[in-house]
Amino acid sequence: MDFYNILDQIEKADPEFQDRISPRRAAIKNITSFGSKVAVAAAPFAFATLFKKAYGQTANASVTTVLNFALTLEYLESYFYNQGIAAPNLIPAADKSGYFTTIAAHEMAHVAFLKSVLSSAAVPSPNFDLTAKGTFPDVLTNYNTYLAVSLAFEDTGVRAYKGQAGNLLGNQVPLTAALQIHAVEARHASAIRYLLATKGFKGFNGQVIKPWISGSATVSNDTGIAAVNANYAGENNISQGGVDITTLNAVNGKTSLTAAIEGFDEPLDMPTVLNIVAPFIK
Amino acid sequence: MKTLTQDPQGEGMARRQFLRYAGTGAAMAAGVLSVASCKKNPGGVANDHVDIGSGDIAILNYAYALEQLEAAFYTQVAASPYAGISVSEATYLTDIRDHEVSHREFFKAALAGNAIPGLTPDFSSINFADRTSVLGAAKAFEDLGVAAYNGAGYMIQNVAYLALAGKIVSVEARHASLIRNLISYGSFADTTVLDANALDRAFTPAQVIPIANTFLSGTKISAPSLGIY
Repeated sequence: MDFYNILDQIEKADPEFQDRISPRRAAIKNITSFGSKVAVAAAPFAFATLFKKAYGQTANASVTTVLNFALTLEYLESYFYNQGIAAPNLIPAADKSGYFTTIAAHEMAHVAFLKSVLSSAAVPSPNFDLTAKGTFPDVLTNYNTYLAVSLAFEDTGVRAYKGQAGNLLGNQVPLTAALQIHAVEARHASAIRYLLATKGFKGFNGQVIKPWISGSATVSNDTGIAAVNANYAGENNISQGGVDITTLNAVNGKTSLTAAIEGFDEPLDMPTVLNIVAPFIK
Repeated sequence: MKTLTQDPQGEGMARRQFLRYAGTGAAMAAGVLSVASCKKNPGGVANDHVDIGSGDIAILNYAYALEQLEAAFYTQVAASPYAGISVSEATYLTDIRDHEVSHREFFKAALAGNAIPGLTPDFSSINFADRTSVLGAAKAFEDLGVAAYNGAGYMIQNVAYLALAGKIVSVEARHASLIRNLISYGSFADTTVLDANALDRAFTPAQVIPIANTFLSGTKISAPSLGIY
């Protein structure tokens, strides 16, 4: 039962946290001392109680569900990068040191963080099939395939976290943590895309891939990899909050369709993401 | 409130008292209203500061202010490229300019009558002719933007606004990653922006607004509803 980590996170994120929540400090204290008395088996209940008492919100099952959903995705990413790094002659040394060792460490840290937050409520890691039931048979022997799967995982991870933000509305601690991870996944996605660009990787319409998700009126998957079309469904949306972005002013004239697509990433809901990752789970 | 604002100790206490009520449900509305009633000129310009408002409007205006800065910065970068800029860097920076301008215009449209005025940037600390200066500033703006959205997300009450902030912040993180890789290959998410749990930073408006204000000439932004004057 480790609430202290996440409380540390809040304080790092918001140095005035203890002052802000002064009327609730007693609740926090009660919880932490309460936590020391309860059996570990009672952690899910205590976890919910922490959020309810500390933030006046009911930590319904959705918070735990959301965090376990996130944990499952992090398990998959972590396994993918650890396997890739361990695979002989797969990742060139420069790319390993420049990108994959770093990303692997982050995903492992995310797993550890979410597990510590969820404590005994954490789901165990599934067993994974990185070929996705044969869709990517050479994922651990062909670097191009490995890069393609990495690209799809990162972009999809961004969409998955984004899709859960609304479920965490008003829950300061888990929402902020989820946003913090979300941004890291986006940094990874951009980095993998940039790595591919430096290698001249071309996506849709023969265009060199960009660090951000591009597209056209008819193309939502800018990677040109048909096997991951579902991962990019809807990414070419240009209507935000009821505003057609292409009607807005740009430096010259109106916002281009390309900028309208690239400027806003799109979420995916939990069932859609789970359908996408299902083939990777044994 | 007037007397309290003359007393730093009292101001802090007043802020804490407001925030005590601002944390939860129905009490939040009352807290916001009570503070709004203390404002001299809500949504308007008081002295050399513009008040970004309260509630979700404040958060959207906060984002609008940051996007104004970013858009103005990249507009200048694209208009006067640094010496020796490569074709690919020029393309990237122009793309980013277009994204930031679309963010700025989106917030302006979404806020409509509640939008703060256009701000006047002061980029005198940046040497636009120098790659190191420009990319260093770009990195600072992007990393700050990411931390600002991360730290303000929980304050948003309307789920649609939260979703929109989410759509924008990941694009800012993509920018930050790219700019960092242009500066130093592989530095897309180093320990200067990630903690031991590999979480990106989350800054409060109280941390971000003073930094943003150093890049504004003339009218600066303030957020009395958040205790930031």
